[in-house]
Amino acid sequence: MTGLLAAAPVLAGLDPPYWVETLIKVGVVALLIPTTALILGIVFLFKVMSWMQSRLGPQEAGPKGLLQLLADGVKFIQKQDIVPDAADRFVFKVAPMVVLISTFLLYVIIPGSPNVVVESLDTGVFFALAMSSLSVIGILMAGWASANKYALMSGIRAAGQLIAYELPMVLAVVGVVIQAGTLNLNGIIAAQADFKIGPVPFPFFILTQAPMFLVFLAAAQAELTQPPFDMPVAESELVGGYQVEYSGFRFLFFFMGEFATAFAFAAIASVLFLGGWSIPFVTYDAADPNNFYHSWVFWLIGPAVLFTKIMLVSFLIFWFRFTYPRLREDQLQKICWKYLIPICLVWVSVTAIAKVVM
Amino acid sequence: MLAVDTPQYLPENIFFGIIAFIMVVSALRVVTTRNVVHAALWLILVLAGVAGNFILLGNEFVAVTQVLVYIGAIVVLFLFGVMLTRAPIGADAHLDNDQRPLALVVALPLLALMGYVLWDAWKDTKITEAGPPIVASTSVLSDSIFKTYLIPFEAASVLLLAALIGAIVLARRD
Repeated sequence: MTGLLAAAPVLAGLDPPYWVETLIKVGVVALLIPTTALILGIVFLFKVMSWMQSRLGPQEAGPKGLLQLLADGVKFIQKQDIVPDAADRFVFKVAPMVVLISTFLLYVIIPGSPNVVVESLDTGVFFALAMSSLSVIGILMAGWASANKYALMSGIRAAGQLIAYELPMVLAVVGVVIQAGTLNLNGIIAAQADFKIGPVPFPFFILTQAPMFLVFLAAAQAELTQPPFDMPVAESELVGGYQVEYSGFRFLFFFMGEFATAFAFAAIASVLFLGGWSIPFVTYDAADPNNFYHSWVFWLIGPAVLFTKIMLVSFLIFWFRFTYPRLREDQLQKICWKYLIPICLVWVSVTAIAKVVM
Repeated sequence: MLAVDTPQYLPENIFFGIIAFIMVVSALRVVTTRNVVHAALWLILVLAGVAGNFILLGNEFVAVTQVLVYIGAIVVLFLFGVMLTRAPIGADAHLDNDQRPLALVVALPLLALMGYVLWDAWKDTKITEAGPPIVASTSVLSDSIFKTYLIPFEAASVLLLAALIGAIVLARRD
């Protein structure tokens, strides 16, 4: 990080001690989570959803009802924090934090530009997959500790679904990783900016990994337990599933975790398949300090480019969410094991062969 | 096994101490708690401690694998199985049975043996800078798996596949 900081003349003089740096990073991520959850909630849950369903949506709070979610957040914080009598108090209380911590760790590796990243880990996308798998534990804890049969059913359904969909997600990433030759997210973006077949540049991996992109989106949707993969929270049969006993700020944590994770998955999808912060046909050269991507202007442009791509991917995710009916439990498992995983395996083999041949 | 006692390695040693303490306490709670689900949750802390120690040793990839495989999959399967069958909230009186002495006969010699082997292999050795590279990058690790140790790796894969198919064959009734 110190070396990277030196690249920007504005911040060149800054070299805080390790613990200050860590505190700043934790603070930034802690701010990002509610912000991104708010953005996705307002734009998609309220505005796009009501537009797709031909209704007005919230109108009263703030201009055009834009502050509705903020008002809801304040409401949730004020509400009484109820713990059911029969519940396992400690596990019940900790469960939402576990889900939120999993989200928190996802944000650590998302790069906004070559230099704007909390921690550019060598294991990059692998780290993201591992951390996203932690949220299942929070969901199982919540489902079990609520001492409610609907919640328990939901926890079990969630575990079955999340373990199953973890596989197509990992395999979809493997295709990209083979093509890029690195796990590091900045490395994957650089590989996309450089990728050519013969003389023709292919700036996005989505052009060569299109099936993987669709599988990744489906798996991300399932990991978020959003419709059409929302058997675990199916409100018409499980009355909200593992969230049923939660109120106040603990419910808010689940809500924030879901939307912030949606944002993080959209970010990872845009990094893997849409080139992340890179602008198509602008060449990236990691070694050249005068490269446009290393200029300090790009500290601001990079995150903006990434944000645009994230919003595009989020639109796809929420489009599916608002328009498809819920899958039955057996259909849900069937789609995963009989369609998504075989598609991935075939495409991984194709990618590996192409990589060796070319 | 501590790192060298130079001020440079002091944070590593402190964090190792903290992680080791958490792991020992959690490991004891896994076997003493009166609730199956709690036991699985304590186990998560033990496994997370292992991952933490891998990070202290500079091996990020192994640490992440530890989290993905053990915490994200194996403990989740434990919890899944426990919740599918019997997982009451609160203390469960039927967790212990009268085979305790027998378990002690197995466990104590095993502890002594493994402890002795570890002590005998390393004694007072401390991790130094002169030793093998402290930070093993992902590419170094993958090179050693897919070049140096390719055949053992493939053999282990085939063995696991055989176990998997065997489990499916045993579980299927038709």
